[in-house]
Amino acid sequence: MAERVVRLPDVGEGIAEAELVEWHVKVGDVVREDAVLGAVMTDKATVEIPSPADGRVTWLAGNVGDLLAIGSDFVRLEVSGAGERAPEAAKQALPAASAAAKRADHGASAPRAPASAPPDAQRSQRSAPPLHHAIERPLAAPAVRLRAREAGVDLRQIHGTGPAGRITHDDLDALLSRGRAGTMAAPYLAQTAVTDIKIVGLRRKIAEKMSIASARIPHITYVEEIDVTALEDLRAKVNGRKLPDKPKLTLLPFLMRAMVRAIAELPHLNAHFDDEAGIVHQHAGVHIGIATQTPTGLVVPVIRHAEARDLWDCASEVARLAEAARHGGATRDELTGSTITITSLGALGGLATTPIINHPEVAIIGVNRIAIRPHWDGAAFVPRQMMNLSSSFDHRVIDGFDAAQFVQRIKLLLETPAMIFID
Amino acid sequence: MTEITCKLLVIGAGPGGYTCAIRAGQLGIDTIVVEAEKPGGTCLNVGCIPSKALIHAAGEYETIAAAAEGKSVPGISSAKPGLDFAKTIAWKDGIVRRLNGGVAGLLKKAGVRLIAGHARFRDGKSVEVKTPSGSQMIHAETVVIATGSEPIAIPTLPFGGRVISSTEALALTDIPNKLIVVGGGYIGLELGTAFAKMGAAVTVVEATSRILPQYDAGLSAPVRTRLSALGVNVLTGAKAKALVSDGTALAVETADGQQILDADKILVTVGRRPVTSGFGLETLDLDMNGPFVGIDDRCHTSMRGVFAIGDVTGEPMLAHRAMAQGEMVAEIVAGRHRAWDRVSIPAICFTDPEIVTVGLSPDEATGQGFDIKTDLFPFKANGRALTLEREDGFIRTVARADNHVLLGIQGVGAGIAELSAAFSLALEMGARLEDVAFTIHAHPTQSEAFHEAALMSLGHAIHI
Repeated sequence: MAERVVRLPDVGEGIAEAELVEWHVKVGDVVREDAVLGAVMTDKATVEIPSPADGRVTWLAGNVGDLLAIGSDFVRLEVSGAGERAPEAAKQALPAASAAAKRADHGASAPRAPASAPPDAQRSQRSAPPLHHAIERPLAAPAVRLRAREAGVDLRQIHGTGPAGRITHDDLDALLSRGRAGTMAAPYLAQTAVTDIKIVGLRRKIAEKMSIASARIPHITYVEEIDVTALEDLRAKVNGRKLPDKPKLTLLPFLMRAMVRAIAELPHLNAHFDDEAGIVHQHAGVHIGIATQTPTGLVVPVIRHAEARDLWDCASEVARLAEAARHGGATRDELTGSTITITSLGALGGLATTPIINHPEVAIIGVNRIAIRPHWDGAAFVPRQMMNLSSSFDHRVIDGFDAAQFVQRIKLLLETPAMIFID
Repeated sequence: MTEITCKLLVIGAGPGGYTCAIRAGQLGIDTIVVEAEKPGGTCLNVGCIPSKALIHAAGEYETIAAAAEGKSVPGISSAKPGLDFAKTIAWKDGIVRRLNGGVAGLLKKAGVRLIAGHARFRDGKSVEVKTPSGSQMIHAETVVIATGSEPIAIPTLPFGGRVISSTEALALTDIPNKLIVVGGGYIGLELGTAFAKMGAAVTVVEATSRILPQYDAGLSAPVRTRLSALGVNVLTGAKAKALVSDGTALAVETADGQQILDADKILVTVGRRPVTSGFGLETLDLDMNGPFVGIDDRCHTSMRGVFAIGDVTGEPMLAHRAMAQGEMVAEIVAGRHRAWDRVSIPAICFTDPEIVTVGLSPDEATGQGFDIKTDLFPFKANGRALTLEREDGFIRTVARADNHVLLGIQGVGAGIAELSAAFSLALEMGARLEDVAFTIHAHPTQSEAFHEAALMSLGHAIHI
């Protein structure tokens, strides 16, 4: 028997530490080569670290939420055979990177040294079935199971106090008596419990970004009303007649095209403000971030070079990225590098919002809900489809006048959608 | 055509159907059960019960025959036993008749109407029954399909003449001089052993590499040894091809070439298949699960108000599984909250020695990803086994290595079928090795081997 140390590999571009987000093993577990030991998060990519060898886990680096230095000990394994081969362990663990990090590497930086085979090939060659237990039923005697079923209790919700976690009649009684106390004796019981939820992973990243953006950027928020009746008519007609290979058009691609046109006239809104250096980096390319809700929290996939995409292209890219982001398959590249951001909650869009700028950008466009509202056309009230845009700007570099001009320009384009397409 | 209605209609009065009907009757549900044959199904009429009667008779005969040959307990001698097999069969039939009457009586006591006849679905809620006194249409709110299973025939060796199924084997009036058993599974070996003990020259033809292929090699080995001691010729890796010599012999293909085996009877026991045709099941267009009727964890089929239980729903095709399903369905129909959550369905092979299995074998457990502890205690080291002159076999426990919860228990040994209750209870209660180890097992009994196997896994067996 020998000890083998698995070190935390360099999972990102030049980062010094990564946050531990998940352990897949615990001390004492037997792991196979390539079985996932745990996951760390850098920026917005989660990277799984596989085991470089078969062995038994003897030590783990810390708890979920801890920040671990790159190159520090991650897991120690007791392996059969001879020899500490720690440096190799770290290198072998490198292909560990999940799809996200891998693709980012290919796209962004120089190709990795040819020493290591392509991660996928290497993985499939050595793939061993992971150790996992069959789906287990709660351990309980038949009489307990029967009572639970008749009382409508799912035994999986009960923590058994018996040996090996066996659920006893007493455990069931305890649960049932709690239920009765709650429903019969005091329906309006005062609740004093406090649940502590550790903010880790993506949620921690969001918290950090929001703090920076809100603390450093003096926001000016400008809300304007847009009559989208014509746009909605156009959208319905196009969607009704489109070819089956085309994506369904939402409002977003129209807004994106309108923003591209507005930015052409007011290019300083498509920028990053490096406030420490005192420089505004004005970008020629319009990279539009789309704030997207995912099961784990908010992420912002980026439609790169919206200025070079037509309406259909924008639509399919939005659909593709939203899907990828929701399923955690978006790459690092696809989640970084936006120059201006759209935030939309769709049907939950509300009347008006106060969006927080995606730091270090200088503008964010918030889309509110479309509703039919009465509109005075000079002679009578007519029903029109109305939508508000709530947009925030970095008031240090964008004056209220510029902000208003920008939004008014978008308003004009969206209210007369043909103008979006006329040069 | 007369028309009657009921709340619950059960098609088939086998162990599943009659249990369902009796329980439904107890719960006050207006119930009809339709059966074309005598109540009790395969199990009672042509399966478990008559075969156990024959196996017992064969054991009695063999004990005396062994004594006559001086192979019994030293000091005991006997004249060669006689066998009037027709009388033995009549005795067996008497037991079956008593039980037929017993089931009919229980149904009546529970207020269930038993209608004799062949049922045919008209739709999911209506069944036409052809009875000797004419056709009846039965309309029911709920229908339970409990049509069971039947022996599979080999296409090149259809039943008829000297080729018989287990049903005919249990109704023979003479012991065949030469009996070939095609299929070395539990049914073929149970009957083959019985006939061998009663003097037949038995040859077992098994297509796979060993007998009882559904059990692991450790469990089947003692049975194989005993078959040899009884003079049974076992051909493995052998395929029954066709009848030759005017149907008096069977051509068998083995690794060494073709053999021609003379036979007075050829018993084909290559498995059973669900009865899913001949009663209009196809008109319901139910979702199937392979050849079986598909069911969920409440035995509900894909059609509202239509349940299915027993062999027609799949493996394991065992009477006690059908009974448990039948009881559950009756209670569901009565509005109780029930779902199938049984951990253990014990299986017994009444060969000599007997095999008992509950839960997972060591290979199955590791295959499901469990890290296990498994140990076996041999009957060689069990006092009671020695006094029974049967030291062949063992009891084996399979438990999770981490928390010692038992995943499976297997045993092979003479007369250990009754231990299935202890094994099954342990599994169903979620027992750990410690629970078995801290339970006093009576001395001297074969059950001590169960205790000792658990102790072995805990590292401190006493008697080995």
